[in-house]
Amino acid sequence: MGVAPVEVEQPTTGQDAALDAPWVTVVWNDPVNLMNYVTYVFQKVFGYPKAKAEKLMLDVHHKGKAVVSSGTREAMERDAETLHGYGLWATVSHAS
Amino acid sequence: MSWDDDWLSGEDEEDLEVAASFRPVPGGAAAFFEQAQAGVIRYLVSQIAELVSADSTAADLGVDSGDLEAQLGLSSHAQLPDDPVLARLLPDGYSDDPEASAEFRRYTEETLRSGKIASAQTVLSSLPPGGGQVRLSEPECQQWLRALNDVRLALSVRLGITDENEDMSDRLSEDDPRAAYVWVYQWLAYLQESLVEALA
Repeated sequence: MGVAPVEVEQPTTGQDAALDAPWVTVVWNDPVNLMNYVTYVFQKVFGYPKAKAEKLMLDVHHKGKAVVSSGTREAMERDAETLHGYGLWATVSHAS
Repeated sequence: MSWDDDWLSGEDEEDLEVAASFRPVPGGAAAFFEQAQAGVIRYLVSQIAELVSADSTAADLGVDSGDLEAQLGLSSHAQLPDDPVLARLLPDGYSDDPEASAEFRRYTEETLRSGKIASAQTVLSSLPPGGGQVRLSEPECQQWLRALNDVRLALSVRLGITDENEDMSDRLSEDDPRAAYVWVYQWLAYLQESLVEALA
């Protein structure tokens, strides 16, 4: 699976600074999760500002998936695990 | 989840028509639930807790059995569950690597299951069976959000919802026992959305 063609914004926090990190967490669209809930989860889990969380949510919604974080494999597995706890469908993949 | 229960009929259904929703209060959120509404939520949330605890490693082996895997919180499961509802609640961690998915599941599935059970228990302990005024702290709101989302995920699988814009009530015949759940599914979306808004 290739990485979704997500436009990466300039990092506003230190958490997503590792843009060339080898691993990413991908969130997939589903017909169940509410748009305001997904935005809320991105803010809560990653500390993203609302505008960035909303943009990622819309990417998931319109493009079917979006890269929501990048970093080490271990960190991405933690992110995926946290997102599963919120009921979002997240997977880890190698940024290739 | 079973669909042959008769709790969702007659007067109960009329009660449900007055949709409960959350409003912000200092330190959390509050909502008023009719008895029938409380009954529906408690029933569905209990079903989720039962489902995710049914074949957990801890339950299979007995945490007291001295089994090391269970004590360490490791799952003995390596594959996506056969039950489509469980598969949605406990998804794979890799979309293209079954081996990595199995390893991910081994280390995360038990925690995920116990988290879902804890969320369900928070709802059950804060929502009286008879309904009434419910006031939640912020951490309780978090648990409610997860529990309501789990219920909606489970319902969506059972109802076969694949398109968010499709009107399910058009597709299911009136005597389909699932028809009553379409309204419940929509109401729970409204309820969950109001809870997110109350926290914003």
